[in-house]
Amino acid sequence: MSAHAATAQLAGAPPTTAENTAGSGGGPAPVRIVVAYGFWIFLLSDIIMFSALFATYAVLSGQTAGGPSGRELFQLRHVGVETLCLLFSSYTCGLGFLAIERRRMGGFYVSFALTFVLGATFLGLEISEFAGMIARGAGPSRSAFLSAFFSLVGLHGIHVSAGLLWLTFMTLQAAAKGPRDFVRRRLLCFSLFWHALDIIWVALMSLVYLIGAR
Amino acid sequence: MLGKLSWDAIPFGQPIPMAASLFIVLGVLVVLVLVTWKGWWPYLWREWLTSVDHKRIGVMYVLLALVLLLRGFIDAIMMRTQLAVAAGGAQGYLPPEHYDQIFSAHGTIMIFFMAMPFMVGLMNFVVPLQLGVRDVAFPVLNAISFWLTASGALLVNISLVVGEFARTGWLAYPPLSELQFSPGVGVDYYLWALQISGIGTLLAGINMVTTILKLRAPGMTYMRMPVFCWTALTSSMLIVAAFPILTATFGMLLLDRYVGMHFFTNDGGGNFMMYINLIWAWGHPEVYILVLPAFGIFSEVIATFAGKALFGYRSMVLATLAICVLSFMVWLHHFFTMGAGADVNAVFGIMSMIIAIPTGVKLFNWLFTLYRGRLRFEVPLLWAIGFMVTFVVGGLTGVLMAVPPADFVLHNSLFLVAHFHNVIIGAVVFGAMAGYYYWFPKAFGFTLDKRLGAVSFWCWLIGFYLAFTPLYVLGLLGMTRRMQHYAEPSWQPYLIVAEVGALIILGGIVATIAQLVVSIRTRERRRDLTGDPWNARTLEWSTASPPPAYNFAVLPQVESLDAFWAMKQRGLRAPAEEYESIEMPRNSPNGFVTAFFAVVTGFAMIWHIWWMAILGLTCAVLTLLAFGWMERVEDQVSGEQLAEAERARLRPMDAA
Repeated sequence: MSAHAATAQLAGAPPTTAENTAGSGGGPAPVRIVVAYGFWIFLLSDIIMFSALFATYAVLSGQTAGGPSGRELFQLRHVGVETLCLLFSSYTCGLGFLAIERRRMGGFYVSFALTFVLGATFLGLEISEFAGMIARGAGPSRSAFLSAFFSLVGLHGIHVSAGLLWLTFMTLQAAAKGPRDFVRRRLLCFSLFWHALDIIWVALMSLVYLIGAR
Repeated sequence: MLGKLSWDAIPFGQPIPMAASLFIVLGVLVVLVLVTWKGWWPYLWREWLTSVDHKRIGVMYVLLALVLLLRGFIDAIMMRTQLAVAAGGAQGYLPPEHYDQIFSAHGTIMIFFMAMPFMVGLMNFVVPLQLGVRDVAFPVLNAISFWLTASGALLVNISLVVGEFARTGWLAYPPLSELQFSPGVGVDYYLWALQISGIGTLLAGINMVTTILKLRAPGMTYMRMPVFCWTALTSSMLIVAAFPILTATFGMLLLDRYVGMHFFTNDGGGNFMMYINLIWAWGHPEVYILVLPAFGIFSEVIATFAGKALFGYRSMVLATLAICVLSFMVWLHHFFTMGAGADVNAVFGIMSMIIAIPTGVKLFNWLFTLYRGRLRFEVPLLWAIGFMVTFVVGGLTGVLMAVPPADFVLHNSLFLVAHFHNVIIGAVVFGAMAGYYYWFPKAFGFTLDKRLGAVSFWCWLIGFYLAFTPLYVLGLLGMTRRMQHYAEPSWQPYLIVAEVGALIILGGIVATIAQLVVSIRTRERRRDLTGDPWNARTLEWSTASPPPAYNFAVLPQVESLDAFWAMKQRGLRAPAEEYESIEMPRNSPNGFVTAFFAVVTGFAMIWHIWWMAILGLTCAVLTLLAFGWMERVEDQVSGEQLAEAERARLRPMDAA
């Protein structure tokens, strides 16, 4: 596949007539479309799971039970660095995906290594934030507010950890098997996943940290 | 080493649970010994346990549902018997802590492990055939979904032998389900079983949505899809949108119980009404997840046995979509008594009543389809007509309870119990039974016994009314649900009638089992050689019964609604000139192995055996990674093989 075709496919432009008519009566869609579509639906369901926790956090955020509130605990500078790490990791993830679509394995490795470092930095910062709060006696069982905070932010953190595991796994797979169709399909899913974590983080940063630190 | 697990977990001192445990252990042993002795393991492993064929998986789902229907029904009849005798000062034969486990298990099993697998199983079996394609979008994921559901069912049944089940009712409301008030493992069994099976259901929903939206035969536009595909689509979309809420909610309750968080506790600022809101934000859509496929089954059955196209196809589709959307806007009617205020209650009351409108549209469509049709009173049509009558009664009592002031009187009374059994048995169970009989010949190649099918139907119908009409009266008289005994002797006659009703339903279940046995024995003269025993309208009947693994040698070209009917009118029968070779997914033990480790992990978490939980989870992740490393290999079916199979299929039909 030429670089041009790869970009066209990335942008969602269907390269063949079969794909063009898929879904409107032209017969079953090709595997790549089906896989990405199914994964999108999974991501939607994941976002709904987060939304249940967001709703709970909104209800419980004032219930500090005499313990510390968000204003005392949240450090926006810290959160700002975390945000930068995660957003830039999405950028490098996108570059890596483009690289492997164009069969440039070197660029792919560099980008994915950067993605891993940025993601791991994010995770390290989050863990240090959690550890600091727990050391201050503001652990998840201190109040309903902190239960909701740790669970919501922690669930995102677990997703990032799973993402890092998956990233490592897929990099090894790409190294072992080369940029073949099924490898790139899986990388497409990973890339969608990694971007979805950004979307959730942006909501999290706004609704939890920015509002909570006021 | 073994956490909370010790010999005390086995109910040696209690005769009834002990007898039940022995019965289950013995039953499982007999099956295992029989399978080993007959040497069936290789066959089972090859053809079923590792199968990724949507038809096989659908059949296993339905089998699971039928087995757990028995378990759930035994619970039901134990409760009815208890209440028939525990009047006045009498305590009956079930102590309260046991009775509480039974009603919790009954609700949990019937909804999650009977109704859900039945509907998901029928969707799995039928939808790809109706769409004219060869499999679902993700065949291996489909197997994982099934085996995770089966894992949950297994955990619930292990609780009968080792430990106890929840005493909290089928939705485990906090604060009762919090560690402070339920320190035992019962609630943990409930939570882990439903978390594991819930993931399976979510994955099944994602799979089904992708299948319907992305894999359809050439020419199968949205408005040419059979109504059952539409209802499967909406039901699956509701699964995708609702089950994550359930997972999150149970996750929070687990965090409360395992690490001392304060989501739903009385202290620490927790808010248990948050749980009630979240659980019903899943729970109300869940009702429609179950009932929409049943509506789809009735649409297929009524059109087929009336010999007419379904009346008002477009309005049927629109009504289905309207119900899908509205189902997310009514959850608060399950707890009008929360005290959200008159305005909020009024909004939710009106929204609840509005659902009656699209449902009414459907009923009239079915009635108009039957009107002047050439009715053939086969068993599925009996179920459909029984449904229409029964469901209207259940719907009306539902609209009644959607009036908040009336609900304040009827909340948590037996009137409510009668109402939801009225809609769930009247629609979901009747629909499942209709679908079971209707598609059985497609799955196995022979029809079921008609007479025993009719006996089963009449037992269920009469038994249902006898069992639940008295409950409406008792609810109005003031009897609340979940009572282990009662002081008011004037309630007893009603409860005895209800017991008789339950026994008649038992007759229906026995008839269903007998029907299966008799039909298998006489299968040679029940063979369906045409693939179309009902003179039906949709594509699943255009292939052989049972269909080959690849469903269709050549994907059908769809040119209208009721595609197969149109083909029959045009007289298209001839085999294709040439067959192109096709690829079919190869069997995979992924689902079975992953589910095995899920059971290990769940069991270990329930009993606080941390090393085993970590081990189980690690193995499950490693299994997924190992399968995620491999490239999926597909099996080739060559054009010659296809041509040979097609000739063999069409030969008897040409002879006839």
